[in-house]
Amino acid sequence: MRELLEGSRAVAEAVRLCKPGVISAYPITPQTHIVEDLAQMAANGELNAECVNVESEHSAASVVLGASAAGVRSFTATSSQGLLLMAEVVFCIAGMRFPVVMTCANRAISAPLNIWNDHQDAITVRDSGWIQVHAENVQEALDLHIQAFRIAESPKIMLPVIVNMDGFILTHGLEIVDMPSQEKVDSFLPAYKPLYSLDVNNPLSFGLVADPDYYTETRFAIKETHKDVLDLIPLVKEEFAKIFGRGSGGLVEEYKTKDAEKVIVAMGSVCGTIKDVIDEMREKGKKAGLLRIITYRPFPINAIYRALRNVSRVAVVEKAVSLGSYGPLLAEVRSVFSSKKKAPVVSGFVMGLGGRDITRDSIKEVFKRLTAKEISEEYIDLKPELLEEKI
Amino acid sequence: MADAPRHLFGSGHTACAGCGQAIAARLVIDTAGVSTIVANSTGCLEVFSSKYPETAWGVPWIHSLFENSSAVASGIEAALKYLGTKDKINVICQAGDGGTADIGLQALSGMWERGHDVLSICYDNEAYENTGVQRSGLTPYGANTSTTPLGMRSTGNPRPKKPMIDIALAHGIPYVATSSAVYPQDIQRKVKKALSIKGPKYLQIHVPCPLGWRHESIKTLEVGRLAVDTGLYPLVEYELGKVTNVRKLTQIKPVEEYLKAQGRFKHLLSNPEEVKRVQDIANNNIEKFGLKVVISEKL
Repeated sequence: MRELLEGSRAVAEAVRLCKPGVISAYPITPQTHIVEDLAQMAANGELNAECVNVESEHSAASVVLGASAAGVRSFTATSSQGLLLMAEVVFCIAGMRFPVVMTCANRAISAPLNIWNDHQDAITVRDSGWIQVHAENVQEALDLHIQAFRIAESPKIMLPVIVNMDGFILTHGLEIVDMPSQEKVDSFLPAYKPLYSLDVNNPLSFGLVADPDYYTETRFAIKETHKDVLDLIPLVKEEFAKIFGRGSGGLVEEYKTKDAEKVIVAMGSVCGTIKDVIDEMREKGKKAGLLRIITYRPFPINAIYRALRNVSRVAVVEKAVSLGSYGPLLAEVRSVFSSKKKAPVVSGFVMGLGGRDITRDSIKEVFKRLTAKEISEEYIDLKPELLEEKI
Repeated sequence: MADAPRHLFGSGHTACAGCGQAIAARLVIDTAGVSTIVANSTGCLEVFSSKYPETAWGVPWIHSLFENSSAVASGIEAALKYLGTKDKINVICQAGDGGTADIGLQALSGMWERGHDVLSICYDNEAYENTGVQRSGLTPYGANTSTTPLGMRSTGNPRPKKPMIDIALAHGIPYVATSSAVYPQDIQRKVKKALSIKGPKYLQIHVPCPLGWRHESIKTLEVGRLAVDTGLYPLVEYELGKVTNVRKLTQIKPVEEYLKAQGRFKHLLSNPEEVKRVQDIANNNIEKFGLKVVISEKL
């Protein structure tokens, strides 16, 4: 059914269709509408889940850890400081291989306090073992949640998933979406059958001490599973398309890259603006393209290499920084081409931090600055006059 | 041995000899029985009972972090409610005094306030023993710990124990009690009682630690009894906020006997003022809970 919905509402509906048994979250802007909507659905009897209103994000993550350990499909949502407060538990959930699904309404990190969108929160837990995907629009955010449970609970995978959606831009934006029927979701996503759980008939211990003789292999095992994730995601995308009739998800999206000379690499909602600029440039005969990274963790190295190996200039556009080094996405895209014979010049541009608008002009500026000379980390739309202010 | 009693907290764990926590933990879980799920905080008990590839636990047991066992237990309880099996399964979260009264207090308060049907156990060995005897919020006044060492300007821990029982009671939870590793029947009775009540329950068990308290391993029971018999660790029970049971003392011992039995307090003995301060704490307890058995003159 096609309907006009706020992004948060669309995601809440998608989560409801996935029938989680336990939902726990703590209020934080711009995530709150999602759990408010879920709470209303539970109050109306449309959602048969235990909603646990906790006293912090640390406990929200711990509640879904415990619920997932008890063998029940579990969901949480957060943003920014909330994700950072969860960080300790986030690592545990992946280390203990619980298939929790979380929405991250991407938002900047303090200080200074800023409630608006960038990707610093998600980037901060990139090494935790969680699968991370980024939605471009509300429809994709909705679809990725349904796929997330399927991927996470796949017996070969058993890893948690963060579905990233840009705070406000997607969480509060209105979009006409195609809301799938319960029957279709049920046929795509079977009921969760845990491999192991806290079961009084089969008492197992979870979360043991692993000394130097055992610890390394726990990390190696997740690394190996991430390879399986990269194989599984395209298959899940295919199967999703068969049932739902649209091609959401996947590892990357190649937009007009085939003959492109200049390609931007980016994640999330900004890709819509970038596509508009590319269309405009194409009309003028300029060979521009976009490589949109949908699956950020595991990092789809081969897919990126295949898409960019024949391109001469690449601009990584990112809404996050790694203070003291190059941009995190820039460094990773460059690493794809290390020791490869065919490699583009990969330059990096930072923009959209703390919700600063990324306009068509911002993107045109990137294409303009993208010359044969490698640029490592240029800020677009920087206001130099603010840096000169005496305090 | 086919006819040996099966413990749900088995032998083979790596606790120190004379560890009061190991004694209490076994009593708790054996009393709770096989139909129990345990969420354990990081700490001595977790470390000495769950070193991969071995486990001492005969019930489903989970550890993830230091401060979150009550939140993990909340999630387990919510999941059991969703599955419709909560009425048949006990959920216990357990932590040391640091995991309960310090780093885990927020999550514990949240669990109590939300009314989860979970029994929380605090194994109170009165310091961060696992990391080398640092002071916690439940370290008693005057204790010499590695972060309240003695010196020109220090006579040990400058603060009394955090009033965890009052904090628990302030949440309006239906059952709050203290016990001691040295009174097995008291622990058994209180765990049974607690698990018969629906809602959040709190049981704080005094567990002597030979390493941190600096007494011989064979003195665990003696030291634990002295804590109770001096009035320093009253064994009390509250139901619906009212005291329903107090372990009365026929012969109350002076606190010196407790202090001199442990290395952590020895320095206090040379200073009568310090001993008086500790005695005042005991006297307060004796008065507050009416610990002394009064034999009627008419009899």
